[in-house]
Amino acid sequence: MPSTLSNVGRAQLALAAALMITPIGDTLAHGFAGERFFPATILTDDPFVADEISLPQVSLNPPGPDGSQQTDIQIDLSKRVTSNFGFTIGDQWTRLRSPGLTSVGGLGPLQTGAQYQLFVDGQHQALGLLGLNATWGHTGRIEAGAPNFTTLSPSFNFGKGFGDIPRLLPYVRPLAITGNLGFDFPTRAASGSSSNPTTFNYAFALEYSLPYLECCVKDVGLRAPFNQMFPLVEVAFTTPINRGLGGQTAGTIQPGIIWAGTYFQIGAEAILPATRLTGHGYGGVVQLHFYLDDLFPRTIGKPISEWW
Amino acid sequence: MRGILLALAAGAAAFGVASSARAHAFLDHSSPAVGSSLSASPPVVVLWFTQDLEPAFSGMTVTNEAGQQVDLGNARIPGTSPAELRIGVKPLAPGTYLVSWHVVSVDTHPSEGTFTFDIKP
Repeated sequence: MPSTLSNVGRAQLALAAALMITPIGDTLAHGFAGERFFPATILTDDPFVADEISLPQVSLNPPGPDGSQQTDIQIDLSKRVTSNFGFTIGDQWTRLRSPGLTSVGGLGPLQTGAQYQLFVDGQHQALGLLGLNATWGHTGRIEAGAPNFTTLSPSFNFGKGFGDIPRLLPYVRPLAITGNLGFDFPTRAASGSSSNPTTFNYAFALEYSLPYLECCVKDVGLRAPFNQMFPLVEVAFTTPINRGLGGQTAGTIQPGIIWAGTYFQIGAEAILPATRLTGHGYGGVVQLHFYLDDLFPRTIGKPISEWW
Repeated sequence: MRGILLALAAGAAAFGVASSARAHAFLDHSSPAVGSSLSASPPVVVLWFTQDLEPAFSGMTVTNEAGQQVDLGNARIPGTSPAELRIGVKPLAPGTYLVSWHVVSVDTHPSEGTFTFDIKP
């Protein structure tokens, strides 16, 4: 039994009341499952509800097959309504450069999502989340690539840390994987002469947690900033499954690193096309990401249901 | 483009600096060190965290390979060092020992962890 310290004062009683409302070991903000901390990944949707904001995420995508290149500046907010239910909202500004044409800039489509935390298994460092995202038509500049139709995207997001494997394999235990499996269902079959197929989407992030290595496996002497880093590789693919476009898979591979601090994290990844359809060359993405629950633990960092 | 990035970065930095809040407590280091091998039994196990701790909801245990508790049950946070958690242990025979801790930072964020250390024969 964990030992409990004495000298419980009024402040502690107030804290106890707060903790009774939000049980320890239940759903915690920003990616905890037991002793495992999952950072927010850039490409792969996170398997946890959270109070976080990406402000901003800047992407320079690899040139497409036709030589066009897209730059995005994106903002995303995740907010918990209850400890297990949350929503997301995001948008981006896009600039599209095509060979021989004037570059076009404008807002991308508004993206919203609802998320339900299916489970958090601290002992096995596992997380599961169901999400339903919507990419809204007619909410961005069509000339810059925004759609004129809405797409609904159900998904299952998961995370698993390897800390529960035998301690005989110590240096494998800091590994963790997160991933998404989902579909995009466009609400319009075609836009002009181009089809809008239903797509199957899958993404994975394999990360090595140096914080976990230091705290729970072996203190190898890493100090800041290296003891707060997560080298990782993310991959994401999308495959049309109907309307004559089956098999035309597009995807990227993104090796990079995330540094997670007390109140925010910084991530940087290269973007490498994984298929010929995706493009050629390389791009990059950087993200500044804040933990609202740590910045504002007594106000907007709490679930909305606990504001009053 | 550079102007936009600088403006966003400046706004974000101001956003972060404006808060005086605290956050999750992570284990910074410990004695014995995580995963270390010692030639003699330590008198105490001491953990240092990245945030100040809430005494009423923070604690730890030390157990041997049989799961038997070998600490003295006197976990405490020194008044002069609110980010430190320490507990006395019985004289330890050679073997592997598991330290299990759970803490709540002063802003109510809980965290937990485990690690082992060895006493060499």
